[in-house]
Amino acid sequence: MTTMKTRQLLTYAAFVAPAVIFFTMVILVPFMRAIVFSFQDWNGISSDIRWAGWSNYTKMIGDTGFMKSFAFTVKYVAATTILLNITGLALALVLNLALKTRNFLRTIFFLPYVIGPVIIGFIWQFIITRLFSEVGKAAGIELLQKNWLSLPDYAFWSLVIVTIWHSAGYFMVIYLAALQGVPKDMLEAAEMDGAGRLTRFRHVVLPLIRPAMTINLFLAISNGFKGFDLNFALTKGGPFGTTESLAYHIYLDAFTKNLFTYASAKAVVFFLVLAAITLIQVAVMKRREVEM
Amino acid sequence: MIRDRYSPGKFILELLMIVLALLVFFPLYMTFVNGFKTYNEVVTSTVALPHVFQFQNFVVVWKQIRFLGVFMNSLIVTAVSVGGILLISSAAAYQLVRRPGPVSQIIFLAILSSLVIPFQTMMIPLVKVAKELHLINTLYGIILMYWGFGIPLALFLYHGFIKSIPRELEEAAHIDGSGTFGVYFRILLPLLKPITTTIAILHSLWIWNDFLLPLIMLSSKKNQTIPLASSVYFGQYTNEWHLAMAALTMAVVPIMLFFLFMQRYIIQGITAGAVKG
Repeated sequence: MTTMKTRQLLTYAAFVAPAVIFFTMVILVPFMRAIVFSFQDWNGISSDIRWAGWSNYTKMIGDTGFMKSFAFTVKYVAATTILLNITGLALALVLNLALKTRNFLRTIFFLPYVIGPVIIGFIWQFIITRLFSEVGKAAGIELLQKNWLSLPDYAFWSLVIVTIWHSAGYFMVIYLAALQGVPKDMLEAAEMDGAGRLTRFRHVVLPLIRPAMTINLFLAISNGFKGFDLNFALTKGGPFGTTESLAYHIYLDAFTKNLFTYASAKAVVFFLVLAAITLIQVAVMKRREVEM
Repeated sequence: MIRDRYSPGKFILELLMIVLALLVFFPLYMTFVNGFKTYNEVVTSTVALPHVFQFQNFVVVWKQIRFLGVFMNSLIVTAVSVGGILLISSAAAYQLVRRPGPVSQIIFLAILSSLVIPFQTMMIPLVKVAKELHLINTLYGIILMYWGFGIPLALFLYHGFIKSIPRELEEAAHIDGSGTFGVYFRILLPLLKPITTTIAILHSLWIWNDFLLPLIMLSSKKNQTIPLASSVYFGQYTNEWHLAMAALTMAVVPIMLFFLFMQRYIIQGITAGAVKG
Protein backbone atom coordinates (compact mmCIF):
# COMPACT_ATOMS: atom_id res chain seq x y z
CA MET A 1 0.00 0.00 0.00
CA THR A 2 2.73 2.46 0.92
CA THR A 3 4.60 1.84 -2.33
CA MET A 4 1.38 2.65 -4.16
CA LYS A 5 1.10 5.90 -2.23
CA THR A 6 4.72 6.85 -2.80
CA ARG A 7 4.33 6.14 -6.48
CA GLN A 8 1.31 8.37 -6.66
CA LEU A 9 3.15 11.08 -4.82
CA LEU A 10 6.12 10.77 -7.15
CA THR A 11 3.92 11.01 -10.22
CA TYR A 12 2.21 14.08 -8.79
CA ALA A 13 5.59 15.65 -8.10
CA ALA A 14 6.89 14.81 -11.57
CA PHE A 15 3.98 16.66 -13.15
CA VAL A 16 3.81 19.65 -10.84
CA ALA A 17 7.44 20.19 -9.82
CA PRO A 18 8.76 21.75 -13.06
CA ALA A 19 6.12 24.48 -12.92
CA VAL A 20 6.80 25.11 -9.25
CA ILE A 21 10.57 25.18 -9.72
CA PHE A 22 10.58 27.66 -12.61
CA PHE A 23 7.93 29.79 -10.96
CA THR A 24 10.02 29.91 -7.79
CA MET A 25 13.28 30.63 -9.58
CA VAL A 26 12.04 33.33 -11.93
CA ILE A 27 9.09 34.94 -10.15
CA LEU A 28 8.86 34.12 -6.46
CA VAL A 29 12.50 34.48 -5.40
CA PRO A 30 13.16 37.67 -7.39
CA PHE A 31 9.90 39.14 -6.08
CA MET A 32 10.82 38.41 -2.45
CA ARG A 33 14.31 39.69 -3.03
CA ALA A 34 12.96 42.90 -4.51
CA ILE A 35 11.10 43.49 -1.27
CA VAL A 36 14.25 42.76 0.76
CA PHE A 37 16.36 44.99 -1.51
CA SER A 38 13.93 47.82 -0.99
CA PHE A 39 14.96 47.97 2.67
CA GLN A 40 18.68 47.81 1.92
CA ASP A 41 21.38 50.08 0.58
CA TRP A 42 23.53 48.56 -2.14
CA ASN A 43 24.92 49.66 -5.49
CA GLY A 44 24.70 46.24 -7.13
CA ILE A 45 28.44 45.65 -7.22
CA SER A 46 30.19 46.07 -3.86
CA SER A 47 30.11 43.25 -1.30
CA ASP A 48 28.91 45.66 1.36
CA ILE A 49 25.12 45.52 1.76
CA ARG A 50 23.63 47.64 4.54
CA TRP A 51 20.12 47.76 5.96
CA ALA A 52 18.42 51.03 5.24
CA GLY A 53 15.07 50.80 6.98
CA TRP A 54 12.39 52.84 5.25
CA SER A 55 14.86 55.38 3.90
CA ASN A 56 14.46 54.25 0.28
CA TYR A 57 10.74 54.81 0.58
CA THR A 58 10.95 58.18 2.28
CA LYS A 59 13.56 59.35 -0.24
CA MET A 60 11.04 58.76 -3.03
CA ILE A 61 8.71 61.47 -1.80
CA GLY A 62 11.27 64.18 -2.46
CA ASP A 63 12.50 62.63 -5.73
CA THR A 64 11.23 64.99 -8.42
CA GLY A 65 12.34 62.65 -11.22
CA PHE A 66 10.24 59.84 -9.79
CA MET A 67 7.25 62.07 -9.15
CA LYS A 68 7.48 63.50 -12.67
CA SER A 69 7.62 59.99 -14.07
CA PHE A 70 4.65 58.99 -11.93
CA ALA A 71 2.62 61.96 -13.14
CA PHE A 72 3.55 61.24 -16.76
CA THR A 73 2.50 57.60 -16.41
CA VAL A 74 -0.87 58.45 -14.89
CA LYS A 75 -1.55 61.02 -17.62
CA TYR A 76 -0.46 58.56 -20.31
CA VAL A 77 -2.62 55.76 -18.89
CA ALA A 78 -5.65 58.06 -18.70
CA ALA A 79 -5.24 59.31 -22.29
CA THR A 80 -4.52 55.91 -23.85
CA THR A 81 -7.22 54.06 -21.89
CA ILE A 82 -9.92 56.49 -23.00
CA LEU A 83 -8.76 56.77 -26.61
CA LEU A 84 -8.03 53.07 -27.12
CA ASN A 85 -11.50 52.13 -25.92
CA ILE A 86 -13.23 54.82 -27.98
CA THR A 87 -11.38 54.00 -31.20
CA GLY A 88 -11.54 50.26 -30.59
CA LEU A 89 -15.28 50.35 -30.02
CA ALA A 90 -15.90 52.72 -32.95
CA LEU A 91 -13.94 50.52 -35.34
CA ALA A 92 -15.73 47.43 -34.05
CA LEU A 93 -19.16 49.03 -34.52
CA VAL A 94 -18.37 49.94 -38.11
CA LEU A 95 -16.82 46.57 -38.93
CA ASN A 96 -19.83 44.83 -37.42
CA LEU A 97 -21.88 46.26 -40.30
CA ALA A 98 -22.15 44.29 -43.52
CA LEU A 99 -19.31 46.08 -45.32
CA LYS A 100 -17.89 44.43 -48.41
CA THR A 101 -14.25 44.89 -47.39
CA ARG A 102 -14.61 44.17 -43.68
CA ASN A 103 -12.14 41.29 -43.63
CA PHE A 104 -9.53 43.37 -45.42
CA LEU A 105 -10.19 46.29 -43.06
CA ARG A 106 -9.94 44.09 -39.99
CA THR A 107 -6.61 42.70 -41.19
CA ILE A 108 -5.12 46.15 -41.75
CA PHE A 109 -6.33 47.61 -38.46
CA PHE A 110 -5.03 44.63 -36.52
CA LEU A 111 -1.71 44.36 -38.39
CA PRO A 112 0.33 46.90 -36.34
CA TYR A 113 -0.43 44.95 -33.16
CA VAL A 114 1.64 41.92 -34.17
CA ILE A 115 4.78 44.02 -34.62
CA GLY A 116 6.94 44.52 -31.53
CA PRO A 117 6.63 47.94 -29.88
CA VAL A 118 10.37 48.66 -30.06
CA ILE A 119 10.31 48.27 -33.83
CA ILE A 120 7.17 50.42 -33.90
CA GLY A 121 8.94 53.09 -31.87
CA PHE A 122 11.82 53.30 -34.37
CA ILE A 123 9.48 53.31 -37.35
CA TRP A 124 7.56 56.23 -35.88
CA GLN A 125 10.72 58.08 -34.99
CA PHE A 126 11.37 58.10 -38.73
CA ILE A 127 7.77 59.00 -39.61
CA ILE A 128 7.65 61.89 -37.15
CA THR A 129 11.07 63.39 -37.80
CA ARG A 130 11.26 62.83 -41.57
CA LEU A 131 7.81 62.38 -43.04
CA PHE A 132 5.93 64.88 -40.89
CA SER A 133 8.38 67.64 -41.69
CA GLU A 134 8.35 66.91 -45.42
CA VAL A 135 4.54 66.73 -45.63
CA GLY A 136 4.32 69.81 -43.39
CA LYS A 137 6.56 71.83 -45.70
CA ALA A 138 4.86 70.63 -48.89
CA ALA A 139 1.35 71.30 -47.59
CA GLY A 140 2.27 74.36 -45.54
CA ILE A 141 0.98 72.84 -42.31
CA GLU A 142 2.74 74.58 -39.44
CA LEU A 143 1.84 71.87 -36.94
CA LEU A 144 3.75 69.17 -38.82
CA GLN A 145 6.86 71.28 -39.36
CA LYS A 146 7.68 71.35 -35.67
CA ASN A 147 10.00 68.69 -34.30
CA TRP A 148 7.45 66.84 -32.19
CA LEU A 149 9.93 64.74 -30.29
CA SER A 150 11.79 67.78 -28.94
CA LEU A 151 8.72 69.53 -27.48
CA PRO A 152 7.31 68.05 -24.23
CA ASP A 153 3.60 68.27 -25.06
CA TYR A 154 4.09 67.04 -28.59
CA ALA A 155 6.30 64.19 -27.44
CA PHE A 156 3.57 63.11 -25.03
CA TRP A 157 0.93 63.11 -27.73
CA SER A 158 3.30 61.33 -30.11
CA LEU A 159 3.46 58.46 -27.64
CA VAL A 160 -0.31 58.45 -27.26
CA ILE A 161 -0.91 58.50 -31.03
CA VAL A 162 1.58 55.71 -31.67
CA THR A 163 0.03 53.63 -28.87
CA ILE A 164 -3.41 54.04 -30.43
CA TRP A 165 -2.04 53.19 -33.87
CA HIS A 166 -0.35 50.10 -32.46
CA SER A 167 -3.10 48.68 -30.22
CA ALA A 168 -6.50 49.99 -31.38
CA GLY A 169 -6.89 46.94 -33.62
CA TYR A 170 -6.51 44.64 -30.64
CA PHE A 171 -9.23 46.42 -28.70
CA MET A 172 -11.36 46.40 -31.84
CA VAL A 173 -11.07 42.61 -32.13
CA ILE A 174 -12.23 42.06 -28.55
CA TYR A 175 -15.16 44.48 -28.93
CA LEU A 176 -16.04 42.87 -32.25
CA ALA A 177 -16.26 39.43 -30.65
CA ALA A 178 -18.58 40.89 -27.99
CA LEU A 179 -20.76 42.67 -30.57
CA GLN A 180 -21.17 39.46 -32.51
CA GLY A 181 -22.53 37.89 -29.33
CA VAL A 182 -25.39 40.41 -29.08
CA PRO A 183 -28.52 38.48 -30.07
CA LYS A 184 -30.19 39.81 -33.24
CA ASP A 185 -33.72 39.15 -31.95
CA MET A 186 -33.09 41.39 -28.94
CA LEU A 187 -32.17 44.26 -31.26
CA GLU A 188 -35.19 43.55 -33.40
CA ALA A 189 -37.49 43.49 -30.39
CA ALA A 190 -36.07 46.83 -29.27
CA GLU A 191 -36.61 48.29 -32.72
CA MET A 192 -40.22 47.07 -32.78
CA ASP A 193 -40.74 48.87 -29.49
CA GLY A 194 -39.71 52.03 -31.27
CA ALA A 195 -36.14 52.33 -30.00
CA GLY A 196 -33.95 54.40 -32.31
CA ARG A 197 -30.40 53.56 -33.24
CA LEU A 198 -28.91 55.47 -30.31
CA THR A 199 -31.35 54.09 -27.74
CA ARG A 200 -30.69 50.56 -28.97
CA PHE A 201 -26.98 51.14 -28.57
CA ARG A 202 -27.27 52.63 -25.09
CA HIS A 203 -29.83 50.27 -23.62
CA VAL A 204 -29.27 46.99 -25.43
CA VAL A 205 -25.79 46.80 -26.93
CA LEU A 206 -23.81 48.65 -24.27
CA PRO A 207 -25.02 46.60 -21.28
CA LEU A 208 -24.38 43.37 -23.18
CA ILE A 209 -20.79 44.21 -24.09
CA ARG A 210 -19.82 45.28 -20.59
CA PRO A 211 -17.69 42.18 -19.99
CA ALA A 212 -15.59 43.12 -23.02
CA MET A 213 -15.34 46.63 -21.64
CA THR A 214 -14.07 45.29 -18.30
CA ILE A 215 -11.40 43.33 -20.11
CA ASN A 216 -10.41 46.20 -22.36
CA LEU A 217 -10.19 48.73 -19.56
CA PHE A 218 -8.09 46.28 -17.57
CA LEU A 219 -5.76 45.65 -20.51
CA ALA A 220 -5.42 49.33 -21.35
CA ILE A 221 -4.67 50.31 -17.76
CA SER A 222 -2.20 47.55 -17.02
CA ASN A 223 -0.42 47.77 -20.40
CA GLY A 224 -0.29 51.54 -20.07
CA PHE A 225 1.30 51.38 -16.65
CA LYS A 226 3.87 48.84 -17.80
CA GLY A 227 4.76 50.74 -20.99
CA PHE A 228 8.49 50.64 -21.64
CA ASP A 229 9.37 49.85 -25.25
CA LEU A 230 7.86 52.93 -26.87
CA ASN A 231 9.38 55.28 -24.34
CA PHE A 232 12.71 53.60 -24.93
CA ALA A 233 12.55 53.61 -28.73
CA LEU A 234 10.53 56.69 -29.65
CA THR A 235 11.34 59.43 -27.14
CA LYS A 236 14.10 57.99 -24.93
CA GLY A 237 12.13 59.50 -22.07
CA GLY A 238 12.83 62.96 -23.47
CA PRO A 239 12.73 65.83 -23.97
CA PHE A 240 14.12 66.65 -20.51
CA GLY A 241 12.75 63.45 -18.96
CA THR A 242 9.16 64.52 -19.57
CA THR A 243 8.13 61.18 -21.10
CA GLU A 244 9.87 58.81 -18.72
CA SER A 245 7.35 56.11 -17.88
CA LEU A 246 7.64 54.43 -14.47
CA ALA A 247 8.91 51.24 -16.06
CA TYR A 248 11.57 53.16 -18.00
CA HIS A 249 12.46 55.28 -14.97
CA ILE A 250 13.04 52.16 -12.85
CA TYR A 251 15.11 50.59 -15.62
CA LEU A 252 17.31 53.70 -15.89
CA ASP A 253 17.81 53.90 -12.13
CA ALA A 254 18.74 50.25 -11.82
CA PHE A 255 20.82 49.64 -14.91
CA THR A 256 22.36 52.95 -15.89
CA LYS A 257 22.71 54.62 -12.49
CA ASN A 258 23.38 51.46 -10.44
CA LEU A 259 20.78 52.43 -7.83
CA PHE A 260 19.83 48.79 -7.30
CA THR A 261 18.12 49.01 -3.94
CA TYR A 262 16.51 52.40 -4.46
CA ALA A 263 15.11 51.24 -7.81
CA SER A 264 13.82 48.09 -6.08
CA ALA A 265 11.85 50.22 -3.63
CA LYS A 266 10.36 52.12 -6.58
CA ALA A 267 9.54 48.80 -8.26
CA VAL A 268 7.71 47.63 -5.12
CA VAL A 269 5.68 50.83 -5.03
CA PHE A 270 4.99 50.38 -8.73
CA PHE A 271 3.66 46.88 -8.02
CA LEU A 272 1.44 48.05 -5.16
CA VAL A 273 -0.07 50.88 -7.20
CA LEU A 274 -0.69 48.71 -10.24
CA ALA A 275 -2.17 45.83 -8.23
CA ALA A 276 -4.47 48.17 -6.28
CA ILE A 277 -5.73 50.00 -9.35
CA THR A 278 -6.39 46.91 -11.46
CA LEU A 279 -8.06 45.00 -8.61
CA ILE A 280 -10.35 47.94 -7.83
CA GLN A 281 -11.19 48.44 -11.50
CA VAL A 282 -12.09 44.79 -12.05
CA ALA A 283 -14.13 44.60 -8.83
CA VAL A 284 -16.10 47.74 -9.69
CA MET A 285 -16.73 46.75 -13.29
CA LYS A 286 -17.68 43.15 -12.50
CA ARG A 287 -20.46 44.37 -10.22
CA ARG A 288 -21.97 46.36 -13.06
CA GLU A 289 -21.97 43.57 -15.63
CA VAL A 290 -25.26 42.05 -16.74
CA GLU A 291 -25.59 38.29 -16.50
CA MET A 292 -26.94 36.78 -19.71
CA MET B 1 -36.65 43.90 -39.07
CA ILE B 2 -33.07 45.13 -38.95
CA ARG B 3 -32.17 46.15 -42.46
CA ASP B 4 -28.82 44.79 -43.53
CA ARG B 5 -28.92 46.04 -47.10
CA TYR B 6 -26.12 47.97 -48.72
CA SER B 7 -27.29 51.58 -48.56
CA PRO B 8 -25.48 54.63 -50.02
CA GLY B 9 -24.64 55.61 -46.47
CA LYS B 10 -22.81 52.34 -45.99
CA PHE B 11 -20.97 52.84 -49.26
CA ILE B 12 -19.64 56.20 -48.10
CA LEU B 13 -18.73 54.71 -44.72
CA GLU B 14 -16.91 51.93 -46.50
CA LEU B 15 -14.91 54.41 -48.60
CA LEU B 16 -13.98 56.36 -45.46
CA MET B 17 -12.82 53.19 -43.76
CA ILE B 18 -10.68 52.23 -46.74
CA VAL B 19 -9.01 55.65 -46.63
CA LEU B 20 -8.44 55.16 -42.90
CA ALA B 21 -6.97 51.71 -43.50
CA LEU B 22 -4.55 53.10 -46.08
CA LEU B 23 -3.57 55.81 -43.62
CA VAL B 24 -2.94 53.15 -40.94
CA PHE B 25 -0.79 51.16 -43.33
CA PHE B 26 1.12 54.21 -44.57
CA PRO B 27 3.88 54.24 -41.89
CA LEU B 28 4.76 50.64 -42.72
CA TYR B 29 4.67 51.37 -46.44
CA MET B 30 7.01 54.32 -45.88
CA THR B 31 9.41 52.09 -43.96
CA PHE B 32 9.52 49.52 -46.75
CA VAL B 33 9.88 52.08 -49.56
CA ASN B 34 12.60 54.09 -47.88
CA GLY B 35 14.59 50.95 -47.25
CA PHE B 36 15.07 50.77 -51.03
CA LYS B 37 16.36 54.32 -51.49
CA THR B 38 19.72 56.03 -51.37
CA TYR B 39 20.38 58.27 -48.39
CA ASN B 40 19.88 61.42 -50.48
CA GLU B 41 16.54 60.23 -51.78
CA VAL B 42 15.29 59.53 -48.26
CA VAL B 43 16.20 63.03 -47.15
CA THR B 44 15.02 64.96 -50.21
CA SER B 45 11.86 63.04 -51.12
CA THR B 46 10.62 60.77 -48.39
CA VAL B 47 7.21 60.10 -49.88
CA ALA B 48 8.25 59.37 -53.46
CA LEU B 49 9.12 55.95 -54.82
CA PRO B 50 12.84 55.27 -55.29
CA HIS B 51 14.31 56.02 -58.76
CA VAL B 52 16.25 52.80 -58.68
CA PHE B 53 15.51 50.15 -56.09
CA GLN B 54 18.63 49.82 -53.91
CA PHE B 55 18.62 46.13 -53.04
CA GLN B 56 22.18 46.80 -51.97
CA ASN B 57 20.87 48.30 -48.68
CA PHE B 58 19.50 44.94 -47.66
CA VAL B 59 22.70 43.13 -48.50
CA VAL B 60 24.67 45.58 -46.40
CA VAL B 61 22.28 45.39 -43.44
CA TRP B 62 21.99 41.59 -43.68
CA LYS B 63 25.76 41.33 -43.24
CA GLN B 64 26.12 44.03 -40.59
CA ILE B 65 23.36 42.65 -38.37
CA ARG B 66 24.23 39.07 -39.27
CA PHE B 67 20.53 38.71 -39.84
CA LEU B 68 20.40 34.96 -40.31
CA GLY B 69 21.99 34.34 -36.92
CA VAL B 70 19.76 36.89 -35.23
CA PHE B 71 16.68 35.44 -36.90
CA MET B 72 17.65 31.94 -35.80
CA ASN B 73 18.17 33.17 -32.24
CA SER B 74 14.66 34.62 -32.21
CA LEU B 75 13.24 31.45 -33.72
CA ILE B 76 15.00 29.11 -31.29
CA VAL B 77 14.21 31.20 -28.23
CA THR B 78 10.55 31.53 -29.22
CA ALA B 79 10.03 27.90 -30.23
CA VAL B 80 11.81 26.28 -27.29
CA SER B 81 10.31 28.72 -24.79
CA VAL B 82 6.77 28.22 -26.04
CA GLY B 83 7.20 24.44 -26.31
CA GLY B 84 8.45 24.27 -22.74
CA ILE B 85 5.69 26.53 -21.41
CA LEU B 86 3.03 24.36 -23.07
CA LEU B 87 4.46 21.12 -21.70
CA ILE B 88 5.23 22.30 -18.17
CA SER B 89 1.95 24.15 -17.69
CA SER B 90 -0.34 21.49 -19.15
CA ALA B 91 1.31 18.77 -17.07
CA ALA B 92 1.03 20.79 -13.87
CA ALA B 93 -2.55 21.88 -14.60
CA TYR B 94 -3.52 18.25 -15.25
CA GLN B 95 -2.45 17.06 -11.81
CA LEU B 96 -3.58 20.21 -10.01
CA VAL B 97 -7.10 19.74 -11.38
CA ARG B 98 -7.33 15.96 -11.06
CA ARG B 99 -5.76 15.71 -7.60
CA PRO B 100 -7.53 18.49 -5.74
CA GLY B 101 -6.57 19.21 -2.15
CA PRO B 102 -4.91 21.91 -0.08
CA VAL B 103 -1.49 21.45 -1.73
CA SER B 104 -2.89 21.77 -5.24
CA GLN B 105 -5.00 24.72 -4.16
CA ILE B 106 -2.08 26.60 -2.64
CA ILE B 107 0.21 26.00 -5.62
CA PHE B 108 -2.46 27.12 -8.06
CA LEU B 109 -3.38 30.27 -6.15
CA ALA B 110 0.25 31.24 -5.54
CA ILE B 111 1.12 30.97 -9.23
CA LEU B 112 -2.11 32.63 -10.33
CA SER B 113 -1.77 35.63 -8.03
CA SER B 114 1.68 36.36 -9.45
CA LEU B 115 -0.08 37.56 -12.61
CA VAL B 116 -0.54 40.97 -10.99
CA ILE B 117 3.20 41.47 -10.42
CA PRO B 118 4.70 43.60 -13.19
CA PHE B 119 7.93 42.36 -14.74
CA GLN B 120 9.78 45.49 -13.61
CA THR B 121 9.33 44.53 -9.96
CA MET B 122 11.22 41.28 -10.47
CA MET B 123 13.77 42.33 -13.06
CA ILE B 124 16.40 43.84 -10.76
CA PRO B 125 16.91 40.79 -8.49
CA LEU B 126 16.37 38.59 -11.55
CA VAL B 127 19.62 39.83 -13.06
CA LYS B 128 21.39 38.90 -9.82
CA VAL B 129 19.76 35.44 -9.75
CA ALA B 130 20.72 34.94 -13.39
CA LYS B 131 24.34 35.84 -12.65
CA GLU B 132 24.47 33.47 -9.69
CA LEU B 133 23.06 30.59 -11.75
CA HIS B 134 25.27 31.45 -14.77
CA LEU B 135 22.21 32.00 -16.92
CA ILE B 136 23.09 35.52 -17.99
CA ASN B 137 24.00 36.12 -21.62
CA THR B 138 23.06 32.63 -22.78
CA LEU B 139 20.15 31.55 -24.96
CA TYR B 140 19.24 28.65 -22.69
CA GLY B 141 19.25 31.02 -19.73
CA ILE B 142 16.70 33.32 -21.32
CA ILE B 143 14.61 30.32 -22.39
CA LEU B 144 14.45 29.10 -18.77
CA MET B 145 13.29 32.56 -17.74
CA TYR B 146 10.55 32.58 -20.34
CA TRP B 147 9.42 29.22 -18.97
CA GLY B 148 9.03 30.84 -15.58
CA PHE B 149 7.31 33.99 -16.81
CA GLY B 150 5.03 32.13 -19.22
CA ILE B 151 3.75 29.60 -16.71
CA PRO B 152 1.17 31.68 -14.77
CA LEU B 153 -1.06 32.62 -17.71
CA ALA B 154 -0.66 29.24 -19.44
CA LEU B 155 -1.39 27.33 -16.24
CA PHE B 156 -4.46 29.45 -15.60
CA LEU B 157 -5.86 28.84 -19.10
CA TYR B 158 -5.10 25.10 -19.01
CA HIS B 159 -6.55 24.81 -15.50
CA GLY B 160 -9.87 26.29 -16.60
CA PHE B 161 -9.99 24.15 -19.72
CA ILE B 162 -9.17 20.83 -18.04
CA LYS B 163 -11.84 21.45 -15.41
CA SER B 164 -14.42 21.51 -18.22
CA ILE B 165 -13.30 18.11 -19.62
CA PRO B 166 -15.24 15.14 -18.17
CA ARG B 167 -13.00 12.59 -16.45
CA GLU B 168 -14.65 9.50 -18.00
CA LEU B 169 -12.20 9.22 -20.89
CA GLU B 170 -9.21 9.31 -18.57
CA GLU B 171 -10.80 6.82 -16.19
CA ALA B 172 -11.52 4.42 -19.03
CA ALA B 173 -7.89 4.62 -20.10
CA HIS B 174 -6.76 3.99 -16.52
CA ILE B 175 -8.94 0.87 -16.39
CA ASP B 176 -7.39 -0.26 -19.67
CA GLY B 177 -4.04 -0.15 -17.88
CA SER B 178 -2.60 3.24 -18.88
CA GLY B 179 -0.50 5.01 -16.26
CA THR B 180 -0.73 8.72 -15.53
CA PHE B 181 1.91 9.52 -18.15
CA GLY B 182 0.13 7.46 -20.78
CA VAL B 183 -3.18 9.17 -20.06
CA TYR B 184 -1.55 12.58 -20.18
CA PHE B 185 0.20 12.03 -23.51
CA ARG B 186 -2.36 9.91 -25.33
CA ILE B 187 -5.71 11.13 -23.99
CA LEU B 188 -5.33 14.57 -22.47
CA LEU B 189 -2.90 16.37 -24.79
CA PRO B 190 -5.02 15.73 -27.91
CA LEU B 191 -8.10 17.00 -26.08
CA LEU B 192 -6.28 20.19 -25.11
CA LYS B 193 -5.54 21.21 -28.69
CA PRO B 194 -7.86 24.26 -28.90
CA ILE B 195 -6.52 25.87 -25.74
CA THR B 196 -2.96 24.85 -26.66
CA THR B 197 -3.30 26.79 -29.92
CA THR B 198 -4.51 29.86 -28.03
CA ILE B 199 -1.68 29.69 -25.51
CA ALA B 200 0.94 29.00 -28.18
CA ILE B 201 -0.12 32.04 -30.20
CA LEU B 202 -0.30 34.41 -27.24
CA HIS B 203 3.11 33.37 -25.98
CA SER B 204 4.79 33.24 -29.40
CA LEU B 205 3.82 36.83 -30.18
CA TRP B 206 4.93 37.97 -26.75
CA ILE B 207 8.31 36.22 -26.79
CA TRP B 208 9.10 36.99 -30.42
CA ASN B 209 8.49 40.69 -29.81
CA ASP B 210 9.79 40.91 -26.27
CA PHE B 211 12.51 43.48 -25.78
CA LEU B 212 13.16 44.20 -22.11
CA LEU B 213 14.22 40.71 -21.01
CA PRO B 214 16.73 40.29 -23.88
CA LEU B 215 17.94 43.85 -23.19
CA ILE B 216 18.93 43.05 -19.62
CA MET B 217 19.96 39.41 -20.19
CA LEU B 218 21.73 39.20 -23.56
CA SER B 219 24.72 41.46 -23.92
CA SER B 220 26.90 39.76 -26.52
CA LYS B 221 26.18 40.25 -30.20
CA LYS B 222 25.97 36.58 -31.06
CA ASN B 223 23.00 36.05 -28.73
CA GLN B 224 20.83 38.95 -29.85
CA THR B 225 17.22 38.50 -30.89
CA ILE B 226 15.54 40.54 -33.62
CA PRO B 227 14.12 43.35 -31.44
CA LEU B 228 17.40 43.74 -29.57
CA ALA B 229 19.57 43.65 -32.71
CA SER B 230 17.26 46.19 -34.42
CA SER B 231 17.54 48.46 -31.43
CA VAL B 232 21.33 48.29 -31.32
CA TYR B 233 21.57 48.81 -35.08
CA PHE B 234 19.12 51.69 -35.05
CA GLY B 235 21.14 53.31 -32.28
CA GLN B 236 24.30 53.17 -34.38
CA TYR B 237 22.76 54.21 -37.70
CA THR B 238 20.09 56.66 -36.53
CA ASN B 239 20.91 59.13 -39.26
CA GLU B 240 21.57 56.69 -42.06
CA TRP B 241 17.86 56.44 -42.65
CA HIS B 242 18.09 54.23 -45.74
CA LEU B 243 19.96 51.49 -43.84
CA ALA B 244 17.86 51.91 -40.72
CA MET B 245 14.66 51.50 -42.77
CA ALA B 246 16.03 48.42 -44.51
CA ALA B 247 16.83 46.93 -41.10
CA LEU B 248 13.36 47.69 -39.75
CA THR B 249 11.79 46.20 -42.89
CA MET B 250 13.71 43.00 -42.26
CA ALA B 251 12.52 43.01 -38.65
CA VAL B 252 8.88 43.52 -39.62
CA VAL B 253 8.52 41.16 -42.60
CA PRO B 254 8.78 37.76 -40.83
CA ILE B 255 6.12 38.50 -38.22
CA MET B 256 3.92 40.19 -40.82
CA LEU B 257 4.01 37.13 -43.08
CA PHE B 258 3.31 34.90 -40.10
CA PHE B 259 0.29 37.04 -39.27
CA LEU B 260 -1.07 37.09 -42.82
CA PHE B 261 -0.89 33.29 -43.10
CA MET B 262 -2.11 32.50 -39.61
CA GLN B 263 -4.52 35.41 -39.28
CA ARG B 264 -7.61 33.41 -38.39
CA TYR B 265 -5.87 31.51 -35.60
CA ILE B 266 -4.09 34.57 -34.29
CA ILE B 267 -7.23 36.68 -34.00
CA GLN B 268 -9.18 33.78 -32.49
CA GLY B 269 -6.38 32.94 -30.09
CA ILE B 270 -5.89 36.50 -28.95
CA THR B 271 -9.61 37.04 -28.41
CA ALA B 272 -9.97 33.79 -26.48
CA GLY B 273 -6.87 34.53 -24.42
CA ALA B 274 -8.07 38.01 -23.50
CA VAL B 275 -11.62 36.94 -22.68
CA LYS B 276 -10.55 34.09 -20.43
CA GLY B 277 -7.60 35.92 -18.92
